[in-house]
Amino acid sequence: MTELLEGARLVAAPDVLIAILASAIYGLVVGSLPGLSATMATALLVPVTFWLSPIAAIATIITASAMAIFSGDIPGCLLRIPGTPASAAYTNEAYALTRKGQAELALGAGLWFSAIGGIVGTLSLVLMAPLLAEVALSFSTYEYFWLAFLGLMCATLVARSSPIKAIASMLLGLLIACIGMENPAGTPRFTFGVPDLLGGIEVIPALVGVFAVSEVMRAMVTAEPPKLPRRKFGSILANQWTLTKKYQWPMWRGNVIGIIIGVLPGAGADMAAWVSYATSKKFSKEPEKFGTGHPEGLVEASASNNASLASGWVPSLLFGIPGDTITAIAIGVLYMKGLNPGPTLFTENARSMYALYIIFILANIIMIPLGIMMIRMASLVLRAPRAGIMPLILLLCAVGSFATGNNLFAVLLVGLFGILGFVMERNGYPVAALVLGIVMGSMVEQNFITSLIKSDGDVMPFIERPVSSVLAALTFGALLWPLGVWIWNRTQGRRLPASGAAE
Amino acid sequence: MTETTRRTLLGATLIAAPLAAPALAQPRWPVRPVQMLCPWAAGGGTDAVLRIIAAILEKDLGQPFNVVNRTGGSGVVGHAAIAQANPDGYTLGMLTAEICMLHWQGLTEITYKNYTPLGLMNNDPPGIQVNASSPYRDVKALADAIKASRPGQMKASGTGQGGIWHLALAGWLGAMGLPANHVRWVPSNGAAPAMQDLAAGGLDFTTNSVVEARAMLDAGRARSLAVMAGERITAFPNIPTLKEAMGIDYQTGAWRGIAGPPGIPAEARSTMDAALDRAFKSKEYQDFLNARGFGLVYANAADFGKFMEQADASLGNAMKAAGLAKAT
Repeated sequence: MTELLEGARLVAAPDVLIAILASAIYGLVVGSLPGLSATMATALLVPVTFWLSPIAAIATIITASAMAIFSGDIPGCLLRIPGTPASAAYTNEAYALTRKGQAELALGAGLWFSAIGGIVGTLSLVLMAPLLAEVALSFSTYEYFWLAFLGLMCATLVARSSPIKAIASMLLGLLIACIGMENPAGTPRFTFGVPDLLGGIEVIPALVGVFAVSEVMRAMVTAEPPKLPRRKFGSILANQWTLTKKYQWPMWRGNVIGIIIGVLPGAGADMAAWVSYATSKKFSKEPEKFGTGHPEGLVEASASNNASLASGWVPSLLFGIPGDTITAIAIGVLYMKGLNPGPTLFTENARSMYALYIIFILANIIMIPLGIMMIRMASLVLRAPRAGIMPLILLLCAVGSFATGNNLFAVLLVGLFGILGFVMERNGYPVAALVLGIVMGSMVEQNFITSLIKSDGDVMPFIERPVSSVLAALTFGALLWPLGVWIWNRTQGRRLPASGAAE
Repeated sequence: MTETTRRTLLGATLIAAPLAAPALAQPRWPVRPVQMLCPWAAGGGTDAVLRIIAAILEKDLGQPFNVVNRTGGSGVVGHAAIAQANPDGYTLGMLTAEICMLHWQGLTEITYKNYTPLGLMNNDPPGIQVNASSPYRDVKALADAIKASRPGQMKASGTGQGGIWHLALAGWLGAMGLPANHVRWVPSNGAAPAMQDLAAGGLDFTTNSVVEARAMLDAGRARSLAVMAGERITAFPNIPTLKEAMGIDYQTGAWRGIAGPPGIPAEARSTMDAALDRAFKSKEYQDFLNARGFGLVYANAADFGKFMEQADASLGNAMKAAGLAKAT
């Protein structure tokens, strides 16, 4: 209890409160601009966090990402262009509502259920994480190896592209993780005599490149979004309570699906929204109304994508395995601020954890008034010329990556990863899998090698220990899942004589 | 004509006078901000120690001392930047024990000889930690168990392969007359994962610094049996030294000191030498290091040079014994 109060005291510090407010406004603006994702908003915050206290640094990331995920709904609803990929699943639905003259209802649903989803997701974090932390304290390198391996498998399993391309992206990430001498043998690998490569590819410049620079490049090759006509909005939150009561079940289902997807490594808010929108349609009593301006799917998916944000922090804080791309960046900041992820964070640094929970709740509460202001000012913000914003972002990427180590090499890395991210995205290779490979490659290798050293080369402890045997079974399940699906499709296909003949 | 020349001359002297004055008299240092390079990332232990020193120097010498983190290449990049900085005395930096290790591994040409040592400010000696439920009550019992064990049977960790704590283990085993690989080293990603694995029962002991073990010691999940230092650490008065506990006088540590590039002005060197002495003795510095559990060890400019020479030889021997050295 004293720790809860201590946590509240940490959050009540003026620098933390200012950080929350400023990052909330920043997140709302960045999220509403089409082409700028919540992950990018987080990546650009990293250099700013250098000058902040640890709690304020984490607060900016939590607040900005939550706001950006909601704010992405605004241009989706008004222009039919999702502000962030997390809103893409229900953009058509929201736009259809606007065309029916119910823009307030669509935006209000986005705001109200985002806030609810965020709070329910936080509660899942509050309940799950400390329980899991107790268990995780007895984890040795064997268990960590399986967890990291399982995380890599998830990245490919949940990718919305072809599994082959997802695996290719992940392997490229693993290769990048091999660079440097931070490996179990302490031997430089792939450094080509360049001293800057000895420490390996730093995760933060790689992420800034992949998520921010590549998005600027993408903006250059796509057409500028149309200007938003000025309009007056009626009451935003009217009717939301009726919606809450009417669509109570979809809302809860959205929350739960969001939480589960958030916990899975590599799958984040956009995946949560797609899955929730699909389940909503599947289980709806009136599926024929979907796509014509029906709020049911909006309710479920809006709750889901914000719920996934909070639960994505569970594996990140406990094991250092990112639940989504936003927490992949947050992990880097946690290390920088001396809040190293691990079960001990919950046992020894409980007040920081309570502070983190309070920030989550606070961010989702202030989302409602700030969100309403943002909706009312949307036409103004969306008028910002892209030719002015994109160079600014590029400049921030360069300055920010230089600030991390005062080393020009980091700026070069950002540029290179920007090009890599752009080319990969264009050809349908999921960047999230690449990022997971980079972040977790050394974790997989380190724990595998150290486990073998400890067991004198015996592989039995990997499957003998009770927890590791369960994790091993899960991993092989995930590994064989795409194969199973493929075989299932083939055997189903056999029924058709044509495909049998083609074979 | 003469009038103009005279006036010009007079004017020139007037303008030049304040500029020339310090050059003629003893040049004062510092007259502008000093950059302090840190080869490790912001938020780490080295960064924290350098920042407190910079803050004290700033108050003492009246010029800003700006800490700049020049990270990358496992410390190679930052250490090289200090050695190759303009020797005007306005770019200095912090050296860490790695400078006496990296060149043995063949990762850089730069050694401790490429610097002007200014002062040793801190040394964190390694401890010997075991799990709270370990049967070894003191370091003697552990040492006897090590001697009785098969080579490679016992496992220890604390940092990566060839890291400073790996060498501490190798040195300790050597002092007991055992080969460096008698206890198998399990490389880890720093001390925190090693301590976590020790608590989870995956290791026999760790040889990382006591301050890095502090969280697990406070939580009652691990015990520290001895510290490889000349005397006990102020912040951990209950942990005996190796000499007290088993009569072996082996000491090493992760040390940090201030240095500049070779050939910095004599004024800068003498001013820093005295200022670092004052900074080390200041209550602010002592309190900060004690609160964080960092070891308070000081040596002035001349002694820091000798200290690095000894450390370089000792770490080189440990690395050769452990088969980690590439250079000879």
